[in-house]
Amino acid sequence: MKKSDALNASFQPENFEFTDSKAVDKIIARYPKGRQASAIMPLLDLAQRQVAETGPFGDLPTGGGWIPRAAMDEIANIVDVPPIKVYEVATFYSMYNLEPVGKYLVQLCTTTPCWLCGSADVVNACKDHLGINLWQTTEDGYFTLMEVECLGACTNAPMVQINDLYYEDLTAERMVAILDSLKQDRIPEAGPQNGRNKSMAITGPTTLEEQAKKAGVA
Amino acid sequence: MLADKDRIYTNLYGFEPFNLEYAKKRGDWDGTAKIIKKGRDWIIEEMKKSGLRGRGGAGFPTGMKWSFMPKEVTDRPHYLVINADESEPGTCKDREIMRHDPHKLIEGALLAGFAMQAHHAYIYIRGEFVHEGSELVRAIEEARAAGLLGKNAAKSGWDFDVTLHRGAGAYICGEETALLESLEGKKGQPRNKPPFPAMAGLYSCPTTINNVETIASVPDILKRGGGWFASFGKDEKNTGTKLFCISGHVNTPCVVEEEMGIPMKELIEKHAGGVRGGWDNLKAVIPGGSSCPILPKNICDTVLMDFDSLREVQSGLGTAGLIVMDQSTDVIYAIARLSHFYMHESCGQCTPCREGTGWMWRVMMRLVQGNADIEEIDMLLDVCSEVEGHTICAHGDASAWPIQGLMRHFRDEVEQRILDYKKAA
Repeated sequence: MKKSDALNASFQPENFEFTDSKAVDKIIARYPKGRQASAIMPLLDLAQRQVAETGPFGDLPTGGGWIPRAAMDEIANIVDVPPIKVYEVATFYSMYNLEPVGKYLVQLCTTTPCWLCGSADVVNACKDHLGINLWQTTEDGYFTLMEVECLGACTNAPMVQINDLYYEDLTAERMVAILDSLKQDRIPEAGPQNGRNKSMAITGPTTLEEQAKKAGVA
Repeated sequence: MLADKDRIYTNLYGFEPFNLEYAKKRGDWDGTAKIIKKGRDWIIEEMKKSGLRGRGGAGFPTGMKWSFMPKEVTDRPHYLVINADESEPGTCKDREIMRHDPHKLIEGALLAGFAMQAHHAYIYIRGEFVHEGSELVRAIEEARAAGLLGKNAAKSGWDFDVTLHRGAGAYICGEETALLESLEGKKGQPRNKPPFPAMAGLYSCPTTINNVETIASVPDILKRGGGWFASFGKDEKNTGTKLFCISGHVNTPCVVEEEMGIPMKELIEKHAGGVRGGWDNLKAVIPGGSSCPILPKNICDTVLMDFDSLREVQSGLGTAGLIVMDQSTDVIYAIARLSHFYMHESCGQCTPCREGTGWMWRVMMRLVQGNADIEEIDMLLDVCSEVEGHTICAHGDASAWPIQGLMRHFRDEVEQRILDYKKAA
């Protein structure tokens, strides 16, 4: 659901500057000399995180991270490539938000393993509780709902990603409780929501007996 | 069942901290320099002896892959690139290695890097794995501070460093040449081969790309011997231990390390608490991540979980991510949802895939309703075969396989739905 016309939208700020130039230098130093274009992706990520931290531009509501076009131009300038090279990358990958999103970006996995385990209930719970559809943001700027493809936590399905965190083994009720908590800016503990340990069977480990005993799990 | 003493991933569930202190207690970084002193020919020979096949899905013999790297280093440095872009639906094994056993991966990178004369490894991790990535970075920094990376890494005489590079949400970057494009700061669109990465890969330099589980298995194989690893498995072509991810309609979904070639039924019943409602309530299993064609219960009853046994039944081991479906499943929608996945993740470079995946999804969604003609099933299969094999990378093939598997085993059900729809209309 990328909207490339976002690059010319009215909400775009005029200028963008990285506030942490040391972080920029550190990123560029990871790659060989002359290969600084490799830094485009990490710099886009840095820009998105900076926007999330410094808050909105102009009269936009409180929000999460996104990448203004001015940031892409700045990155092109830093790594010395034409701006289009950065636009291409920013519009290709799904994690770069090209327009403002809510403070809590709820990414709902609905691919087959999650769907088999009830992701549709989780999606509906979010929609009903927040009163918005997928790809929409609540009026207070707190939540954006997005449907995403497999997030790679299939044995802990259904799961969602909220900003950087994975919430796994969800039910509709638990999902609503998480949203309520976030509404008060309390971040619930990430990971499995049903008391289970990581991707181990919920009834206890079927292997690694000695290690489990030592850890007091079995 | 594999004995605990023969498991590689002893911290799979994070019972202990991942850090260096505990990793060393678990046997990591023990005798690394001694192995390197044995030389690269010995390492590659031992890897070949182990029979290890790539754990990323394609199952290419690892030792042989390494031997494709040029023997002499010229003005172009060699690179090791580790594929941690784990995105195949049903797969969540590399995640466990990275967050709970990252030192196995880093030590494996040094050993593999030395064997292919690379001084630098890049780990390309999917962007969504923020937590896993930060644990890995902490482990890399720990290793650097302890002299296990850097100049004369682990006192081996070999200079070696590892850098983490985060992706940003693109399944296609798990394809090795798309991954290289992405690492170079471009859109993740696969390259034509040849040239193969061993000749011209990252920054046009000789490069080998290996999966996380492949590289993380290397230290144990070299310490315990290729023969030890090869002693497990079904036969000499399907060896070793393997991480399996069991998701869907099972009582206790989990990730578990087992022996290659374990019967699917035993794997599901022993480790995943069995199928919801009992084995007879099983409808189908996708055995190796979304690209591997679905198998009906009668095949699941007896099939073994290894590369060749699953190929014999026209599916594959892939990444060993099992997606289990019980009798209540709308198997047509289950596959249609995968078609949506392949459409969403097509990079758009090749016309058959860019257009075909969307076409497949739209027809599949009509088949879910039954709003189609019986002839359209063959038309859909025809489109599948027009996409399969006609694209630069295997994404086109992978989008066709689930549909072909569905029609091979559940065509009756698809036809019945069409008839029911017509009747109701």
